[in-house]
Amino acid sequence: MNWTVITQSLPQFVAGFGITLKLSVIGILGALLVGAIISLVQYFRIPGLRQLATVYIEISRNTPLLVQLFFIFYGLPGLGVKLSATVSGVFGLIFLGGSYMAEAFTGGYNAISKSQIESGRALGLTDLQLARYVVLPQGLTASVPALAANVIFLIKETSIFTVIAIPELTNTALDLIGLYYNSNEYLFELVVAYAIILIPLSLALTWLERRVRYASFGN
Amino acid sequence: MAEELLRVEHLKKSYQSKEVLHDINFAIHKGEVVALLGSSGSGKSTLIRTLNGLEDYQGGTITFAGETVHPSKATWLALRQRIGMVFQSYDLFPNLSVLDNILLGPLKVQHRSRAEAEEDARKLLASVNLADYADRYPRQLSGGQKQRIAIVRALALHPEMMLFDEVTASLDPEMVRGVLDIMTDLAKRDMTMIVVTHEMNFAREVADRVLFLSDGEILEDRQTAEFFAHPATKRAQEFLASMEF
Ligand SMILES: Nc1ncnc2c1ncn2[C@@H]1O[C@H](COP(=O)(O)OP(=O)(O)OP(=O)(O)O)[C@@H](O)[C@H]1O
Ligand SMILES: [Mg+2]
Repeated sequence: MNWTVITQSLPQFVAGFGITLKLSVIGILGALLVGAIISLVQYFRIPGLRQLATVYIEISRNTPLLVQLFFIFYGLPGLGVKLSATVSGVFGLIFLGGSYMAEAFTGGYNAISKSQIESGRALGLTDLQLARYVVLPQGLTASVPALAANVIFLIKETSIFTVIAIPELTNTALDLIGLYYNSNEYLFELVVAYAIILIPLSLALTWLERRVRYASFGN
Repeated sequence: MAEELLRVEHLKKSYQSKEVLHDINFAIHKGEVVALLGSSGSGKSTLIRTLNGLEDYQGGTITFAGETVHPSKATWLALRQRIGMVFQSYDLFPNLSVLDNILLGPLKVQHRSRAEAEEDARKLLASVNLADYADRYPRQLSGGQKQRIAIVRALALHPEMMLFDEVTASLDPEMVRGVLDIMTDLAKRDMTMIVVTHEMNFAREVADRVLFLSDGEILEDRQTAEFFAHPATKRAQEFLASMEF
């Protein structure tokens, strides 16, 4: 292990780190938003939109992110939509993550027992009130573990951005290896960089899961 | 005799192709307490759930307070404020405090003022000896306490009739008494009630009438004392013999 190699390449890795982090945050927030909307469309069985949501989820979950990115970056320009690599990457991540987040939310709503829903109905609550005061608050809490798993999953998926030459962490490492052949050092830095993001985040999410569970259900 | 509150005529109910309630007929007057008895699978839950719009039905009519119920979502939404129901599983909402559980109906369904509804809720809590539990969460309560609060939650809407489906069936024996006492108290205060229960002593003490259900049919509709002393059908005799009380 050559420490000079590491210190010299550090600025590039810091830059790549920043890009991975930034695209992850935007992509995950976008995926949460899309997922929440899709899950509500399905929960309320909104005619038309519901079928559309099913088609989207099937496509999103059953095609690799790599292919989705190629389509957005290389395919869409043919249809007159030309997006930068970065924007393509974010859209790709949202396209992929939206369906995973939707299923996580839906799984949470479905975890609410039939008898909870019936006792809400027996009080005269409308479907909307039932959703707002009974199903969604409990369902969101129940979906936190699955949402958290998706957050980690999506961050790892950003490594695929390298195929459309977004200079995020993986791309930075592969570029440097291609130029200078010091693969040990660069791969070491790559692993450390991902670990710096993912390990604390993973711990924080576990903490959040526990907190949310207690916060909404009393002590 | 008091005014009639509920009338059920020729009610039929099927799950898929299987008919589980056949031609059910009975009427209940204001202030009457009716015990709905019968062995497991006889259709007690199905019948009582139908009376709160939780099950659809394929034939017959339900008349409540002189008006025929048109089986639509909107009709039942409105009627559920007048017909309260409590289930075996209590099902308090775990995300809400005891007080918020009770206030949900009065505030969101009946749009009453918070001050008035809260005062009412606290009075009701006090009446079941749980005045100090308003700010607790369901998971901090025993089964018996939860069930008492579930009853209060239904009563907070000030319904004209209450339906109880085996509300003591999942309670530890020492919790049962407290819940039955509340129901006895309600009966004394002239609440109209239909009670599905396996507590025969309670039914005998509190009910004015017994409806005995067997395989989806009402085999007996009798005064309570008569039913227990002289069950007319073989099924009812066997049923009573099988119950320990
Ligand atoms: N959701 C359902 N789908 C199909 N069949 C059902 C359903 N619910 C009940 N049944 C059937 O309807 C009949 C009546 O059931 P119900 O639950 O009303 O009986 P019950 O008298 O309440 O019994 P228990 O004392 O065990 O609670 C039974 O044969 C039961 O198998
Ligand atoms: Mg039952």
